[in-house]
Amino acid sequence: MRGFLKFIKKETLHILRDSRTMLIALLMPVVQILLFGFAISTELNNVNVAVVVPKWDEQIRQSVNKLSSNPYITYKGAIAEHEIDQNLRSGKVDAIIVFAHDFDRLMTQWKQSGNSKAAMQFIMDASNTVTAQAGAGYLNNILAGELMQSNSLVETHMLFNPQMKSAFNFVPGIMGMIFILICAMLTSVAIVREKETGTMDVLLVSPVRPLTIILAKMTPYFILSCINLTTILLLARFVLGIPMSGNLSSIIVVSLVYLLLSLSLGLLISTIAKQQIVALLISAAVMIMPIVMLSGMMFPVENMPAVLKPVSAIVPARWYIDAMRKLLIQGASFGLILKDFLILVGMTLALLAIALKNFKDKLE
Amino acid sequence: MSSTETNHIIQVKDLTKQFGTFTAVDHITFEVERGEIFGFLGANGAGKTTAMRMLCGLSYPTSGNGTVAGFDVVKEGEKIKRHIGYMSQRFSLYDDLTVMENMELFGGIYGVKRRELKKRATTLLQKLKFIEERDTMVKALPLGWKQKLAFAVATLHSPEIVFLDEPTGGVDPITRRQFWEMIYQAASQGTTIFVTTHYMDEAEYCNRISMMVDGKIKALDTPANLKKSYNAASIDEVFRTLARDAQRGD
Amino acid sequence: MSTLKVLLKKEVLQFKRNAFLPRLVVAFPIMIMLIIPWVTTMDVRHVNVSVVDNDHSQMSQRIINKINASEYLTLHSVTGSFDLSFKSLEHGDVDAILEIPQDFEKGFVTGRTKKLSISANSVNATKGSLGSQYLAQTLAASIKEMRARLSPAQVGDLVLIQNRYNPTLEYRNFMIPAILVILIIIITGFLPALNLVSEKEAGTIEQINVTPVSRFSFTLAKLIVYWVAGLIVITIALIVAWLVYGQTAVGSLLTIYTGAFLFILVISGFGIIASNISSTMQQAVFFMYFFVMVFMLMSGLLTPIESMPQWAQRVTYVLPPRYFISIMRSVFMKGATFYDMRFNFLALASLAVVMNLGAALTYRKRS
Repeated sequence: MRGFLKFIKKETLHILRDSRTMLIALLMPVVQILLFGFAISTELNNVNVAVVVPKWDEQIRQSVNKLSSNPYITYKGAIAEHEIDQNLRSGKVDAIIVFAHDFDRLMTQWKQSGNSKAAMQFIMDASNTVTAQAGAGYLNNILAGELMQSNSLVETHMLFNPQMKSAFNFVPGIMGMIFILICAMLTSVAIVREKETGTMDVLLVSPVRPLTIILAKMTPYFILSCINLTTILLLARFVLGIPMSGNLSSIIVVSLVYLLLSLSLGLLISTIAKQQIVALLISAAVMIMPIVMLSGMMFPVENMPAVLKPVSAIVPARWYIDAMRKLLIQGASFGLILKDFLILVGMTLALLAIALKNFKDKLE
Repeated sequence: MSSTETNHIIQVKDLTKQFGTFTAVDHITFEVERGEIFGFLGANGAGKTTAMRMLCGLSYPTSGNGTVAGFDVVKEGEKIKRHIGYMSQRFSLYDDLTVMENMELFGGIYGVKRRELKKRATTLLQKLKFIEERDTMVKALPLGWKQKLAFAVATLHSPEIVFLDEPTGGVDPITRRQFWEMIYQAASQGTTIFVTTHYMDEAEYCNRISMMVDGKIKALDTPANLKKSYNAASIDEVFRTLARDAQRGD
Repeated sequence: MSTLKVLLKKEVLQFKRNAFLPRLVVAFPIMIMLIIPWVTTMDVRHVNVSVVDNDHSQMSQRIINKINASEYLTLHSVTGSFDLSFKSLEHGDVDAILEIPQDFEKGFVTGRTKKLSISANSVNATKGSLGSQYLAQTLAASIKEMRARLSPAQVGDLVLIQNRYNPTLEYRNFMIPAILVILIIIITGFLPALNLVSEKEAGTIEQINVTPVSRFSFTLAKLIVYWVAGLIVITIALIVAWLVYGQTAVGSLLTIYTGAFLFILVISGFGIIASNISSTMQQAVFFMYFFVMVFMLMSGLLTPIESMPQWAQRVTYVLPPRYFISIMRSVFMKGATFYDMRFNFLALASLAVVMNLGAALTYRKRS
């Protein structure tokens, strides 16, 4: 036990002396959660629209007025038919509305019979499918909404997120990303650096048990990460307005396991890599993409093709993010995230065991 | 250039380097003559390396002035670098390049022509007795050999002055001897040698030596004169007398 | 010039001898391009719906059938109570619940219609709103059918929608250019950031600093290697996009490569700055990681810039990927010309000058 404490002291001194790195490790998560928590959003706030009008009449003028007074639409003026492609291609506009030359007549006909030939065409820049779909929906509502009466029979409730804030979806995702990457980057050099400077041999010949060394290396970083966890949870709750309706101790327990998991992952990388540069490239460059793309942070896991679901299942962030969305936003009980929790625990133990085995192999 | 400047290839006055409140080098003043072997002695932490780094244009002096090879140490650092060779205390050649590749790299940087470079490198490696290692990756070499290579690289472009920072640190006695032979050889061809060491026996090989204690130069003369004026049997004794009140170092 | 040649030879040798780097440059883009495009779908295509049928009428059955037939909706279950459906929603198996009230059909016939209710899980706001929108549309269509007693083919559309450049609304086509940009950011950003600082940690920079070699040629020699690496990355990615996803550029490849090269200049220059101002590799990686994340998440690669708050939109003007992704997507998908994209090219070129000047100036040969 005394050896353990001595080791922790040694490791802590290493970290404290490199005050610049420590400052970065503490400040960066704060800046990131605020920056991304506020900025990332998928709500479509603005559609740039131009119109093609073969013959202006009162009806069209009214429709254009409706467009230009709508807060979600930026009206970019009328263009000629041959300018359509150029405007969309250069990105000046997202959508073009082509009015029929007998728009007035067709609209009247529709109003009377609920059936007519098309009175207008929306040409959407569908290179971005999401904005194209949502944008067409907006335009439809503005120009034809009152004629469609589609919603009169249906009332819609948005559960858990009635104000439709993107942050509710992204903040748990960002947390999952920040913790795993920062923790892994912190510990990924812990062992390989000693290999490079040659101090590793001193450790290896010492009578200290490998498990002690591994745990001692982890402890100060774990404390550091706990500080990060606290600030991030506080910022999420009080600055970003995340409801945190679930049980606080469940949130903390799951998060602590996730921190341990991330630190173990870094240590594992550290036992494998032969050079610091490789360890860091793996823990940062190589891991960023799978974590952002496969964890469900940006793209819903359930949309993935069946073949890739197992790939996503080995990304630890996926389970943490899922658990956090349920706990922070849906206010779920621990029972609902039990599966996530057990998977995280299992992964942590597995990573630690492999790291330890690799480390022991160095001894022989 | 005046006659004194041509004789004094290094000339510094009140050169000082402070790191925060710590004065690493404290108002040192001295000259080094062209072609001499100048020993820069002192305990670890006395400020030798810091002083040398200022002379090589690696570090700005906090105050004071001086010239190296006729160029100002404050303003003309880059010009100084054309005329010097440098061997750092910590091995600093490329581990993942071969012996020859390292020599080609540094020779090339100084603009030594390709054919001339091949010739000089081969001669140097032969003298250092490791021509057969020319294609060995540097990381596979033992420390003593790495030091030899570092020395070869520092002298490859025939600089006017060679700065050697503890060249014999951590090498075996035989290699140490070889080193000093090489140093003498370079000096006999007119190269000025500026060498730091904390091995006092090596001081005897120098033309003149300076003794640095706590960032200050406490004595500067030929080894013989120093022993005489301090009434000591060896340089080691002189040094111990001077360093008795030292605050830093071991 | 000859100094540059010597330095370049050194960089190339070191790069080739590293066991990891050449593999990273070749294997990483292939792996990423093979896997990631499959998962980048925001297409809300499989909204799982649970129906709470309190009516048990012909009409409610009709609605259920309609949901089952829809290409965007998947019928998860039909239950008798909201709580039961809600449990599935809490578990994440169901995205939206449709509740058909008792006597819905009766009310419909008598004209005192009761309202249908949709409850969508909107933790993911986009999915929630699009999902409920689809569901509402499906309901509206079936109600309209029932009302008019008409078959759907005879109902005219007031509005025609043409989805230009991507008629099948394949989200993947939109994401492939973004993945390509991210690959370039990661490879040509992290590698230079680590390279120079690793020379600092190894001490080799000292031997270089004491030579008359200029910081411009030393930095340039390093950069050239990463420029080539970046061009290899984009070429591999373009080939995979073509072979695996059948996606080829509508516009000119020359325009794409010009943009890519400028972008590589910007990012590698930035990496060198990170390296120059850090004293350990770990610091350099933290620094790069921070900006790589900002580049990835805030320049319109994954979410639209226009959705961000005003202050954040202003920030994007200094983010290089903003300009490059716009070039990539427009040229790739819409066939935009160099002239169409001239302002983006101008912005990238200016950033390239700024970054590389910064890279050369932050390199200190002397302390």
